[in-house]
Amino acid sequence: MSDTTEHTHAQSGQQHPIRLYLVVWGLLFFLSACSYLVDYLGVQGYARWTLILLFMLLKAGLIVAVFMHMAWERLALVYAILLPPLLVLVFVALMVSEAHYTIFTRLAFFGAAP
Amino acid sequence: MTQPIQIHSDAPSRPPGLRGVAADFSSDQRSFKTASWGKAMMWIFLLSDTFVFGCFLIAYMTARMSTPVAWPNPSEVFALHIAGQDVPLILIAIMTFVLISSSGTMAMAVNFGYRRERGKTAGLMLATALLGAGFVGMQAFEWTKLITEGVRPWENPWGAAQFGSTFFMITGFHGTHVTIGVIFLLIVARKVWRGDFDVERRGFFTSRKGQYEAVEIMGLYWHFVDLVWVFIFAFFYLW
Repeated sequence: MSDTTEHTHAQSGQQHPIRLYLVVWGLLFFLSACSYLVDYLGVQGYARWTLILLFMLLKAGLIVAVFMHMAWERLALVYAILLPPLLVLVFVALMVSEAHYTIFTRLAFFGAAP
Repeated sequence: MTQPIQIHSDAPSRPPGLRGVAADFSSDQRSFKTASWGKAMMWIFLLSDTFVFGCFLIAYMTARMSTPVAWPNPSEVFALHIAGQDVPLILIAIMTFVLISSSGTMAMAVNFGYRRERGKTAGLMLATALLGAGFVGMQAFEWTKLITEGVRPWENPWGAAQFGSTFFMITGFHGTHVTIGVIFLLIVARKVWRGDFDVERRGFFTSRKGQYEAVEIMGLYWHFVDLVWVFIFAFFYLW
């Protein structure tokens, strides 16, 4: 029984108009151009970091949701795959604290030398 | 790849939302109801790879934050001298566009695969492989340029010594992923072209029946390579 049902499932499951992929492709091009412009125009400081992160997250979201078809998967898979990477942020927080301590000791005991 | 037989053919009646998550995980069966094991395993592999690249980028962040020496300005380091003036970061921008284009062709290849259009699928996968190979070629050019300018894992002419080690490690690992992707793209494209997935010819290694889902699983890996580049581009080259 499975063969026929699985085939129809596979064909109806991930069948989207080509237009959708072309639109996302165009959007990714546009967002990449935007993030390149951030560097080209020499935006600095918090504006630079905010824009870089914004364009990065938009691009990543488009790739995962549309190109990788995450938008059409069941929520169980979405959560199982997308929630664990958030723990990386905890690691980032730990290492930010560690890096602050390292540079403090370097400056305190070795002056400006590395 | 044959899918497990579905005991209940009640796909439309599965609850959506959080209730669906609880139902899927507590069903005493496979948790990912609509994703085949092949797709689920590729996703789990990509999750582990996310942590690998996450660790690399965190190591880079830690090195950059903890050195009192100024970090080399990537905008100048990766500039190319074109038509008498320095264009900042231009090679990296071109590499980004090439990789995004390869993702676009790959997504369309998956689509034509499910429509069982053999020629278009194989052609688009070959285009993807070609763009990927172009990306690796440009990366080799970039490495050569930096090495001739004196960048080493332990020193460079512009500032903090950790620049070289993090650069070679992160882009090297990413380039390796792209290279492996190109090789597997060519293998799967050959299978598509030969019609393996139309006649369900069994694979030489797993002896499982070939299905067009293999193209989608290949696509997942390829899009992930593009995804990682999005983060490397933002954090290493633009930050």
